[in-house]
Amino acid sequence: MLITCPYCGPRDVIEFTYQGDGNRERPDPASQNFEAWNAYVYDRLNPAGDHNEIWQHSGGCRAHLKVVRNTLTHEISSVAFARGDHGSAARHKAEDKA
Amino acid sequence: MSPRRADTGGRIDRLKTIRFTFDGTAYTGHAGDTLASALLAKGVTLYGRSFKYHRPRGLLTAGVEEPNALVTVLKGEVREPNIPATMVEIHDGLVAISQNRFPSLAWDINAVNQLGGKILSAGFYYKTFMGPVFGPLKGTRFWMFCEHFIRRAAGLGSAGSAKDPARYERMNAFCDVLVVGSGPAGLMATKAAADQGARVMLADLEPHFGGSANWSEETIDGAPAADWARRTVAQLAGRDNVRLLPRTTVWGYYDNNTLAALERVSDHKEHPGKGEPRHRYWAIRAKSVVLATGAFERPLIFPGNDRPGVMLAHAAERYANEFGVLPGERIALFTNNDSAYRAAVALKKAGAAVVAIADVRPELSPEMRKLAAEAEAEIFAGHAVVATEGGKALSGLKLQRFDLANGALIGDARSIHADCLLMSGGWSPTIHLASQAGAKAEWNAARQAFLPPKPTQSWIGAGAFTGSFSTAEAIAEGRAAGLAAAGGQSTPSMLPTVEAVPGDPDPAPVFEIRAKGKSFVDFQHDVTAEDVRLAHREGFVSVEHLKRYTTLGMATDQGKSSNVPGLAIMAEALGKPIPEVGTTRFRPPFAPVSIGSLAAERFGDLKPERLTPMHDWHLANGATMYSAGLWYRPMIYGLSGETVEQAYVREAKATRESAGIVDVSTLGKIAVQGPDAAAFLDRVYTNMFSTLAVGKARYGLMLREDGLAFDDGTTWRLGEQDFLMTTTTANAGKVMQHLEYFLDVIWPELKVHVTSVTDEWAGAAIGGPKARQILAACVTGTSVDNATLPFMGIVRGEISGVPVMICRLSFSGEMAFEVYSGAGHGTHVWKALVEAGKPFGLVTYGLEALGTMRIEKGHVTGAEIDGRTTARDLHLDWMLSKKKPFIGSAMMDREGLIASDRLELVGLIALDNRPLNGGAHIVEEVDEANPHDSIGHITACCYSPALGRHIALALVEGGKARHGTRAHVSDPLRNRFGPVEIVSNHFFDPDGSRMHG
Amino acid sequence: MAEYSAFSLLANALKGNKDWKPAWRKPDPKASYDVIIIGGGGHGLATAYYLAKEHGITNVAVVEKGWLGSGNVGRNTTAVRSNYLLPANTRFYEHSMKLWENLSHELNYNVMFSQRGCLNLAHTPAQFDDYARRGNAMRHLGVDAELMTKTEIKRLIPALDISDSARFPVVGGLMQRRAGTARHDAVAWGYARGADRRGVDIIENCEVTGFLRDGDRISGVTTSRGDIRARKVAVAVAGSTGRVMQMAGIETMPIESHVLQAFVTESLKPFIDTVVTFGMGHFYMSQSDKGGLIYGGDIDGYNSYAQRGNLPVVDEVMSEMLALFPGLARVRMLRSWGGVCDMSMDGSPIITAGPLPGMYLNCGWCYGGFKATPASGWCFAWTIAKDQPHDLNAPFTLDRFHRGLVIDDKGQGANPRLH
Repeated sequence: MLITCPYCGPRDVIEFTYQGDGNRERPDPASQNFEAWNAYVYDRLNPAGDHNEIWQHSGGCRAHLKVVRNTLTHEISSVAFARGDHGSAARHKAEDKA
Repeated sequence: MSPRRADTGGRIDRLKTIRFTFDGTAYTGHAGDTLASALLAKGVTLYGRSFKYHRPRGLLTAGVEEPNALVTVLKGEVREPNIPATMVEIHDGLVAISQNRFPSLAWDINAVNQLGGKILSAGFYYKTFMGPVFGPLKGTRFWMFCEHFIRRAAGLGSAGSAKDPARYERMNAFCDVLVVGSGPAGLMATKAAADQGARVMLADLEPHFGGSANWSEETIDGAPAADWARRTVAQLAGRDNVRLLPRTTVWGYYDNNTLAALERVSDHKEHPGKGEPRHRYWAIRAKSVVLATGAFERPLIFPGNDRPGVMLAHAAERYANEFGVLPGERIALFTNNDSAYRAAVALKKAGAAVVAIADVRPELSPEMRKLAAEAEAEIFAGHAVVATEGGKALSGLKLQRFDLANGALIGDARSIHADCLLMSGGWSPTIHLASQAGAKAEWNAARQAFLPPKPTQSWIGAGAFTGSFSTAEAIAEGRAAGLAAAGGQSTPSMLPTVEAVPGDPDPAPVFEIRAKGKSFVDFQHDVTAEDVRLAHREGFVSVEHLKRYTTLGMATDQGKSSNVPGLAIMAEALGKPIPEVGTTRFRPPFAPVSIGSLAAERFGDLKPERLTPMHDWHLANGATMYSAGLWYRPMIYGLSGETVEQAYVREAKATRESAGIVDVSTLGKIAVQGPDAAAFLDRVYTNMFSTLAVGKARYGLMLREDGLAFDDGTTWRLGEQDFLMTTTTANAGKVMQHLEYFLDVIWPELKVHVTSVTDEWAGAAIGGPKARQILAACVTGTSVDNATLPFMGIVRGEISGVPVMICRLSFSGEMAFEVYSGAGHGTHVWKALVEAGKPFGLVTYGLEALGTMRIEKGHVTGAEIDGRTTARDLHLDWMLSKKKPFIGSAMMDREGLIASDRLELVGLIALDNRPLNGGAHIVEEVDEANPHDSIGHITACCYSPALGRHIALALVEGGKARHGTRAHVSDPLRNRFGPVEIVSNHFFDPDGSRMHG
Repeated sequence: MAEYSAFSLLANALKGNKDWKPAWRKPDPKASYDVIIIGGGGHGLATAYYLAKEHGITNVAVVEKGWLGSGNVGRNTTAVRSNYLLPANTRFYEHSMKLWENLSHELNYNVMFSQRGCLNLAHTPAQFDDYARRGNAMRHLGVDAELMTKTEIKRLIPALDISDSARFPVVGGLMQRRAGTARHDAVAWGYARGADRRGVDIIENCEVTGFLRDGDRISGVTTSRGDIRARKVAVAVAGSTGRVMQMAGIETMPIESHVLQAFVTESLKPFIDTVVTFGMGHFYMSQSDKGGLIYGGDIDGYNSYAQRGNLPVVDEVMSEMLALFPGLARVRMLRSWGGVCDMSMDGSPIITAGPLPGMYLNCGWCYGGFKATPASGWCFAWTIAKDQPHDLNAPFTLDRFHRGLVIDDKGQGANPRLH
């Protein structure tokens, strides 16, 4: 399986660490909503088909990536930085282009 | 020349004689021979014994799909079992032996199994051996008793235990087009893609490229096909955008067009070249793949079809045309299709008498009649072979009239004298790689074969792989595939012209001739047509049940020739068309792969070794090393004659009396920097770091999101926005990943950067009453007195000209300092410290003494922070800040994590003054015979020189409440029982007066 | 239906094996049952068997999407053991072990359970102490365990590299002698035949497409072969748990489905007599009666329903194999395959009533489900029959995660790929 890191290009899956379900939302740190905390820590979407996942390019630039991957075929349809606009790597890219 | 070897023809070099042995007998062959062809040329008929009945078996094929002729190749003590003789290229000094026979291949005592006959039918194991329900053989014992003998009878070759001295290597390759298979289709594809300028790789499992061109005797562009292939390969070899990989089996098709291949680099050489690996494992990332893997011929299923001398028709054609070897002198053929007629002509040309062609089809085309005439063979149209004769070699066969419409046999049998019977049951495209890539095969009724379906990955098929069995089609499809794979446009240039014998690619839909006697479907596993029908009778009708119940297709050939006939017989029994029975998904590897090649460079070198900067010094100074994860650390610096316990007791005692120094370079070190670094640490640690003054350090505790303890260590504030975090050695990587995850995914708004600097710093911890004096003696540029360097203070200075950073913190419980220098200067600084310590009685100490002193102090490590304990369990709840949320704070008070029966950290003192054992359990009442009701276990233990007692840390139910009470260690594994007193984990200097000084 | 025995084999052989009857019937689904079990794998079939045998509930259908035993019961590395660290696990798996020990007799089907032992190799003194903790935990629950020295290990497994020059030298090991291996397919077939003989309908090629509801209550399933009603609907679908629960409207679960690869070599003469595991990585191996070395390692480490994995795990497993057995470099890997594992958040299973009224759930087996088959079926049948868990499965609730009552043998927290 190859994942195309937006920073490093296509790399073998051996360079990446899976960080699981990317749909989870971490509650506000001060939140006392235990249901929300429990759901965040323990409950996962586990679809047969496209799945939003977090991967870390641990054997490369170490950025975390939001990956949409099909769990039936392992096909990857999109990869983006998990940091979104905050990502320094993404900023670098943009500056390179400019 | 032997009687079976033709004087001319084939690609062998008759001038080069090769000497080898098989089962201890010396043989000769020629350069270019396989073990199979060389032995066949010497008239050898018996090559192996079948798995279950130990029936004598000859060669069925000439290639990778061989199920019968498996041998073990010996290289000294190193054994390579289960190699098809058809895939062994002979070389001088080759030693091969047969397998699965005792005492010899010719006389095998286990052939007695054949007498078991119908009792040993498919699935018989499941129905018996349950044994008596009482007595000494009840339960599993009777089966295990029988199994003992069954296991010894089963198995093919033997594996060795001697380490293989060979080297294996791995190559990662990238190309635009990977072509698998080098027959006419593959060669054309390679050429077409290469002409487009694409980077092309061509792999073929045979030593010579050309595939069927090497033995078809067809003509391409006016030249013999083999010459055309040679010429084409020579052209390709000269191009720098083409890489040719002979002897290379592409065995796995993984995600994103990643293919795995095995190149047998030097198996065929007596002496491999210098540095040459035995096998090379290729991981190939191809933009596009051309599958031109050809097709496998199928056997026909009839009684006695396994007798040595019965062979696939094209295999005989290969032996004749590629090796100049005749598989027999009087040859008969049995076929359901046209392709066998070409074999008849080839064998005739090579010098054999073709005595008969039996064809299940009543009507034959004039072209086939012409070919038969050319072979001077008598034709028996509408006939079938119903029996074979002979012992360990074929002597004759019986024919009977056959009704194609209903499979009935009519009239009297007729005997034919022959020493070789060739059979052809049609062809199955080699669709394994396409199937691995996720595509489900589709049945084609005309071809009577599974054809590849629409690709699920980026591949294009060509030639016989697609069911196009003629060379002209292969050439056209090959070029088109090569072009398409390289993204090129079709070219108007002429395709090579092919002159080939005619033939209808569609066989008659006949798989089995039902007559009396054992008809083999899976030759190696001895699965007969009756076994398939028995599976049907017992309801094992889905293809997977059939396979699993009868072991059909599970042998070393993985059903390459048996799957389709087996399915056909099941389909007939069910009265359903073949596709409704289904086909199994092919799994990697396409053909067996050496485990050495898959380990490649990691064979003999599993994991990297992590060494601290002072490693060599430790070795030179008497350290016994201890492997901790990937690291090596000194365990003790033993004096001669000292036991481990004596050594660590001496080291720990000396440290508490004067001073000791220990290498702490393995601790994880992470630079946490940026404007929000302090705020980030407040969220990461349970305690506050934003309040920490610059130039001070603080002990911190981290929890996981689920509220359990994760890691601990000190973090040093080097500047307003600059922290140096230390972690435990074992968790360094995990903590780094944890921090990065939160910064990248959860709190991207925080301006913090984390960098792993574990390998940048060498660390030495020096502790003991005289530690400060030692430092004072060697540190320049700063004072180390209490005012300048208070507890948890940090100073910068120099030791022996090298800049160092010193923090006053203690793990041993003594007045202690950690001295960090650049890794490259680690040994220099270490030596200077050791030198400066000499007048003060400084000792070097290892992990054992470190562990001893930390147990005396009651500090926790990974043995206690084991992923199941909370801060409260470890009495670290004082570190849980109530002023701020932190990772784990919301989850740490759930009912299960605050229950009163949780295991809590305590200290233990052995009341019987005997050593305790790590991993021993704790009980209230000892019951040596029947241990029960454990209340906890020991996590770490030692002899404490400070207390003069054997002590331990333990996790015990209800911990603190038991302080001052008595319990017992219960260690039935090591038969150690005895009373202990449960005490606080802080054994020694609980108020810390020694380290505060 | 006829009993199997050496005598019946002989009698049938004399008649040319023409009289053997199907091992189980192929009935069409009825309109309704007392209990429907979704999933014709080992656990589902065992549940049906014990419902009939222990609780007299025989009006039961097992519905299976494909062929019986097509899930992990037919794809595992066949090891059976009860050498766990935490008491809840040890008790449960030991109950399973006791059922295994009599299973061939009970089912009148030879599942070839062979107590050839399971040895966990330790490579550092600290790891040896860890194994001692585990072994002692087992002994305090009446389960057999013993420590082995290097010399004893060498005698047991001559081909093992125990040299001090090894990257991770062997210092000793933890042995459970009663552990072993069984013929995986036979377990599915034996339970199927046993359940069928007690009247259970086993319905293959019948895919569940949704749940029927009666108000809040689950009252049956819709399938590719029509609607089937039942008072109780039990789910035992391992890797497909997420998918099936989604049909019931439950979107998230404490489960991730991961792919685990397994491998077998070509058939060899006896090479190793026991199950052995490597302590400094993840590798386990045994030898089948047919002679193939059966082995595996870690899961691939990402969600997958594809039943196939990728090369990094292949390479890692082979490297670890040769670190222990350097003589195997020239032996060849014959076949690899993948199974879908329902990895839970603490590495332990879930056997419970609920989470919806009328529903019962059995999942979270990670890659330990095969050895659990008898106890899983036994406890699940109890839970379904009595609407409350047996003591043995009482800890394995679905809500234990939220309540902080996790059963985390490896101490890895809510990180399924590390269990």
